[in-house]
Amino acid sequence: MTCIKIDKQLWAQGLAAAEAQYRLFGPVKQGALYQFDALAAGQTPDLDGPNTRTSARAVVYPQSEVLFEYSLDSRDPEAHVLKETPAPAPRAALAVRPCDAYSFVLVRRNFEAPDVKDVYWLRNYAATVFVGLACDRPCSTCFCTSAGCGPYHEEGLDVLLVDEENHYLAKTITDKGAAFLQTAGWRTPADPEAEARIAQRRSAAEARVVSTVPTDRLAQIPQLELYAANFWQDVAFACINCGTCTYLCPTCWCFDIQDETRGNQGIRLRNWDSCMFPLFTLHGSGHNPRGQKVQRVRQRFMHKLKYYVDKYGDGIQCVGCGRCVQYCPVNIDIRRVCELMNGYGQNAACKVA
Amino acid sequence: MGAYTDKIREIAGRLLKDCQVEMVIGFRKGSMPMMNEPCFVTRADAVDQLVWDGSCGINLANYLTGRTEARIGVVAKGCDSRNIVTHIIENKIKREQLTIIGVPCTGMIDKRRLKNLAPGEVLAVEEDGERVVVRGDGFETVHQRREVLQANCAVCHHRNPVIHDELVGDPVSEQTEVDRYADVRAIEGLSAKEKWDYFEALLAPCLRCYACRNACPLCYCPTCFVDEAMPQWVGKSQNPVDVRTFHFLRAYHCAGRCTDCGSCERACPVGINMRLFTKKLEKDAYEMWGWEAGLSLEQRPPLDTYRPEDPEPFIK
Repeated sequence: MTCIKIDKQLWAQGLAAAEAQYRLFGPVKQGALYQFDALAAGQTPDLDGPNTRTSARAVVYPQSEVLFEYSLDSRDPEAHVLKETPAPAPRAALAVRPCDAYSFVLVRRNFEAPDVKDVYWLRNYAATVFVGLACDRPCSTCFCTSAGCGPYHEEGLDVLLVDEENHYLAKTITDKGAAFLQTAGWRTPADPEAEARIAQRRSAAEARVVSTVPTDRLAQIPQLELYAANFWQDVAFACINCGTCTYLCPTCWCFDIQDETRGNQGIRLRNWDSCMFPLFTLHGSGHNPRGQKVQRVRQRFMHKLKYYVDKYGDGIQCVGCGRCVQYCPVNIDIRRVCELMNGYGQNAACKVA
Repeated sequence: MGAYTDKIREIAGRLLKDCQVEMVIGFRKGSMPMMNEPCFVTRADAVDQLVWDGSCGINLANYLTGRTEARIGVVAKGCDSRNIVTHIIENKIKREQLTIIGVPCTGMIDKRRLKNLAPGEVLAVEEDGERVVVRGDGFETVHQRREVLQANCAVCHHRNPVIHDELVGDPVSEQTEVDRYADVRAIEGLSAKEKWDYFEALLAPCLRCYACRNACPLCYCPTCFVDEAMPQWVGKSQNPVDVRTFHFLRAYHCAGRCTDCGSCERACPVGINMRLFTKKLEKDAYEMWGWEAGLSLEQRPPLDTYRPEDPEPFIK
């Protein structure tokens, strides 16, 4: 593991060099919003803002992705041949927050299961180098340190950048990351104390994460008990069943497949879907097993905080980025719900009105 | 507004204790500044969670749709009360099911604006009459309430509940002098090309999460046209044509019904002012038929009545 020093004056120049081989993505200010998006030629990412409104998930898993094209024209010699879209060229996700980067580790479990591999997600993932930016200013809603990661967490990253005023320290985590730094032409080794300083800054940043969520009892409470808990009506009441939480969440992975045909030409698309939508579970028969709002709200929290916990045995399906906390239009706070779930059966009152 | 909170608790407690209602729908203090959570209370000893301040912008009429309880107490500011009237007219709830706890409203705080004005993360917002104090890590700023109101509240003509059984305070003065439609007129004055560009930029960040639709008390169709699968009317991708189709059609479905409560804009996670669409239609309804939605239980809405003197400028 090496540490490179990148003078900020060489930042744009390095990105320009990298652009020749990588398609660059990063935080950009669009109107009043910071968004994680593809950079235009010569554009540098904006590293001064808060974490982006939508996460970096779309780099690997776009909201809408064409899987293949087809022709229904019988005169076309390739009629009915499903033509896969070309594999993605190498891309770099710049200044990804460590929490967002860690989300790819969680999501990968779903897209690269032992028995099923999602080729589309995996080829995008393989083509991407993740260049993280350590987070020195966590928000009041951040609870990453309770969710298996933290402001300097390295899992899921190929390089970790640490901002030291006039330069970045680039901690190389994988060979993929080293290759990216090489392409950008950043080669100056950092001073020998750099790693120690990073460790120090890491502790300081972790101490600034003030929001914590207890998750220690989630695994031991039986699923059916939590499913039948008395607080779901109260938790779900305010919910308007929009897709804000699921669409801003870096760890939500559900999708819907659609064919769109115009004339004789068609495409098959994969779009994000949301367990908050009634259509998500509507059967062809007309029956809907999650036809009520309370069932859908319960599903979202049970999936993230119980089913995932039980299935993979490695914590919750949440990285603590706080987006759903900040942007839920009706203030349904996953931290409160997690507290209710984790404490279920322990203190009988459970703060339910 | 602390007095309102006390009064709401007192009324809610009395209604529940006397079994006049089975539940009271109101707001409880949120976990974030400027975010209160709609909630329901069923026991008199739990009314202390009810609050009122300038962060109760979600329209509670939305929580009444199709409710089957025989008696429901509901806290309602001016716009909520107008949507309750609309709900009653459209048979989404019965008047006799409701005990309306009216709140004379001085406007809701624009959370987005305050966040954008603040030099750092907003950690607390305190309302003190006309003063709004914003605190964060290492800063404190003071704003005049009228300067940080939601755009719809700044031009609201019906701050007092139009229908109520209880009132939590004296009626407030109505803002009769404000120009309601300056923003719509500015867009009406644009060329076709400029309008196109304006709306394209406006809708560019849309995620199709449907928070605007779902926060709206008018959007209660069992299956929305964008969700209809047999047949499917609208594509599901981020194709701009489909995104626009959703927004434009949603707005048209609100014609002559919208009260400009601002819930749609408030709910949007990416800050789109889709109110501009509904407001244009609200302005048309006002100018063509002198109609403002939700003011009277007696009058039928303009789009389900015919009068010989109805304007017909579109027939040339």
